[in-house]
Amino acid sequence: MEELVNLFHGFAVALQPFNIAVMVLGIVLGVIIGVLPGLGGANGVAILLPLTFSMPPTSAIIMLSCIYWGALFGGAITSILFNIPGEPWSVATTFDGYPMAQQGKAAESLTAAFTSSFVGALFAVIMITLVAPLVAGFALRFGPAEKFAVYFLAFCSFVGLSKEPPFKTIAAMMIGFALAAVGLDSITGQLRLTFGSTELLNGFDFLIAVIGLFGLGEIFLTMEEGLNFRGGKAKIDLRVVLRTWKSLPQYWMTSLRSCVIGCWMGVTPAGATPASFMSYGIAKRMSKNGKNFGKGEIEGVIAPETAAHAAGTAALLPMLSLGVPGSPTAAVLLGGLLIWGLQPGPMLFVEQKEFVWGLIASMYLGNLVGLIIVLTCVPIFAAILRVPFSIIAPLILVLCAIGAYSVHNSTFDVVMMLVFGVIGYALKKCNYPLAPLVLAIVLGDKAEEAFRQSLLGSQGSLGIFFSNTLVSTIMILGLIALFWSLISNGLARLRNRTAAASV
Amino acid sequence: MSRSASCLALAAAASILALCSMPASAAWEPVRPVEFIVPAGTGGGADQMARTIQGIVTKHSLMKQPLVVINKSGGAGGEGFLDVKSANNNPHKIIITLSNLFTTPLATGIPFNWKDMTPVAMLALDEFVLWVNADKPYKTVKDYIDAVKAAPPGSMKMGGTGSKQEDQIITVAMEKAIGSKFTYIPYKGGGEVAVQLVGQHVDSTVNNPIEAVAQWRGGKVRPLCVFDSKPMGYDEPVADGKAWKDIPTCKSQGLDIEYVMLRGIFMGPKATKDQIEYYVELFKKVRATPEWQDLMKSGAFNTTFLTGSDYSSWVGTEEKRHETLMKEAGFLAGN
Amino acid sequence: MTTHQSHTTGPTHKAVEAGVTTVIGLFGAVVVYGSIKAGINWGAEGPKAGFFPFYVGLFIIISSLINLWNTLREADGPLFAEWGQLRQVFSVILPTGIYVAALPFIGLYLASAIFIAWFMRWLGKYNWPIIAALSLGMPIVTYLVFERWFLVPLPKGPVEEWLGL
Repeated sequence: MEELVNLFHGFAVALQPFNIAVMVLGIVLGVIIGVLPGLGGANGVAILLPLTFSMPPTSAIIMLSCIYWGALFGGAITSILFNIPGEPWSVATTFDGYPMAQQGKAAESLTAAFTSSFVGALFAVIMITLVAPLVAGFALRFGPAEKFAVYFLAFCSFVGLSKEPPFKTIAAMMIGFALAAVGLDSITGQLRLTFGSTELLNGFDFLIAVIGLFGLGEIFLTMEEGLNFRGGKAKIDLRVVLRTWKSLPQYWMTSLRSCVIGCWMGVTPAGATPASFMSYGIAKRMSKNGKNFGKGEIEGVIAPETAAHAAGTAALLPMLSLGVPGSPTAAVLLGGLLIWGLQPGPMLFVEQKEFVWGLIASMYLGNLVGLIIVLTCVPIFAAILRVPFSIIAPLILVLCAIGAYSVHNSTFDVVMMLVFGVIGYALKKCNYPLAPLVLAIVLGDKAEEAFRQSLLGSQGSLGIFFSNTLVSTIMILGLIALFWSLISNGLARLRNRTAAASV
Repeated sequence: MSRSASCLALAAAASILALCSMPASAAWEPVRPVEFIVPAGTGGGADQMARTIQGIVTKHSLMKQPLVVINKSGGAGGEGFLDVKSANNNPHKIIITLSNLFTTPLATGIPFNWKDMTPVAMLALDEFVLWVNADKPYKTVKDYIDAVKAAPPGSMKMGGTGSKQEDQIITVAMEKAIGSKFTYIPYKGGGEVAVQLVGQHVDSTVNNPIEAVAQWRGGKVRPLCVFDSKPMGYDEPVADGKAWKDIPTCKSQGLDIEYVMLRGIFMGPKATKDQIEYYVELFKKVRATPEWQDLMKSGAFNTTFLTGSDYSSWVGTEEKRHETLMKEAGFLAGN
Repeated sequence: MTTHQSHTTGPTHKAVEAGVTTVIGLFGAVVVYGSIKAGINWGAEGPKAGFFPFYVGLFIIISSLINLWNTLREADGPLFAEWGQLRQVFSVILPTGIYVAALPFIGLYLASAIFIAWFMRWLGKYNWPIIAALSLGMPIVTYLVFERWFLVPLPKGPVEEWLGL
């Protein structure tokens, strides 16, 4: 009950005209940042952080968190329109979002993505409002072993999904792992696979790989198939939003599942990226339309977007209550809090009530405002596909180059982007799946780090992954997910064989 | 005629005035945006400090050109140092350093030494505190040392930030002082380390004050001692009536280790005296702002400020010390 | 599928795929080599730096060999792409390559302007006023958004130096 009173206080704070103006500004800036590949949420918030110094802390954090929401919304736009995920967690959105756009359903896809994002965020905020202290305690139980188990589960629920030959899938995934390993090994503090080159110190950033593999690769493919972006001719107006909304409620189960996965991943804090992949993988298994995933199935947009946004929002909870960021962007927000003299941690909810509840209220309002803004812009976004290819392609290429450069301020990264583009083109033509490769780049080093941290703690014993109920449960879920695909594949093959034999 | 002539004269006078007033105000000033390199990721301690400085500079209009913070964290910060090393004659690039100024080149063999840069100023020193979980029975350093000695070697887990960096150096020094072994588990960030301690996934940490203060105030962790020559200077109560000042030094508790971390500014090689002077003055102004003092207080920093040869000789001594410490620990590259 | 073959020519899918697979295998070998240099043992404190990459590299080599075997067993079958199509693709890759290579030296803004102008003229056959508007407009907007608002410095060359930006 006290929470509700506090929340209403929070709404009063968030609804002050200045704060509303700040909110709208933040969302718009966030969408711009999300659309520009390379800038991304974490960089964007970090860049704009000093600008908020002259504001009162509550307004400042409202603005920064709104930039974050905006970036979460904005990440979906380029994923769907151009197959360029601006953020790691938008990768899974491209799997079905981009095919939808190619089929002339860009507007439907965008609407579904934005709406699901909102639903995911709303679910997570309600969770934060009601059960914050309980959930924060849960997050404390996650040591390295538990984290590894979560990554393991994310991989397991995703592998076995691709239709490509298994050894090509393995090769692609291993390439991803190898790329993720380049640079500084965080456990021994030793350089590896850099071969003395200072350019490779940084390793291969996920964004560079993805901008190249997905974005540039796609442009090269388009060149081969003639100079047109497919799907530019669809009729677009705001009614499409309503039509799409009508079709969404039937996917409530997928949404709910994705919300839960997202919240769990956000709190633990494994982050939005495993959440989106896991949610996509599980949705594909559970859905009766599972076969159509990857060909432009709206459910394949809903699942990752809901989970990513739920995780992105839930990630703020451990940040506020424990001081441990659930995502890179949350890490920057955390730095912001410290600069304003607010110490995130167990005492924040007690000492800084106005601030905390103002922020939580702004999560409700900010997401609502964000949804309205991006939905009204759906026709504009979708209309971008009507711009002739010979105009939009060089602009995209230049934006990709800027994006690749601004990740680490390095021109070497721009060269790598082009190399990845050619690799992406060649791999795709040769029937290698790119998704496992990207998943491995994103999660590979984190999984390895967690694995080795666990082994350090257990002095080399693998038993640590089954040492308590929590970690064993997740590991067993992962094993089930892994073998489920093998078993179901085997069953299907058996069935086919008997069917073929009987004919 | 006469009017235009007088106009001309006025304009000439104005331009002479302008010419005269320029060298009087400052010998050198940035003419382009200044890049402020952070050799660490976004959200970490160095990044926070750099962005605070950026905010202070913007808010108080301390510079005519913008100050732009850029993270170059690759190879434990090596990327950032190499960038500044190559910034010959580019006075529009400064870098904030932490202990990886010494540890990164030693541990990874990256071709870099602090002498490749021009020292500008030491802004502050970051303290290290020995923390344990509040549920553990150790109230004093002695309890803790006894527990470490009693436990089989390697069974006590020490959490820290990064590998072969400051936290692990302190851990190795502690092993030597106590005569037992820890299992050191490296994590990505200080905040994460503090939470791992709260969740009892590690037994102790040597977090910086700012990284663990929130958990201390929440009653989740307990500070045992500070690795400095004298207690910290902040006497405002922080948690259960105790202030930073009440934390004893480790030395006084029988754990003879001193370690502080540099938060200092360097710029590219071949900087002129005027250019160094400009930045020294700038940081003097930054240090005078209330925002900076708030940051110092919240992180319980040691606010020693050094410039010029004092600063260089301090850095030189620290380098020697790190070399010895890391050699003893077997952390040098190629080992 | 195979009936079109008589009309068009180009590299066969088989040949290209065999090439790509071989390159992947070589990449795996590089990874293995680098891992051995970093140490692949399982020390007292768990695996060393090169432990995981070593097996990852081995997996790459093994799966590449299997993939290569599978590819070579295939019939000579369909084309990878027609020469004309490949020419199209390279008409983008090569200029992009030049653009990327020139970027560190002449700066992002000038390079982008030339690149956009080239692309629109070469592939789109637009007339010069439109080209000028876009190829100059894009760098200017980029400059305002990145350097002025978001304070992200982008690579600059002699022209920007001369303009004093």
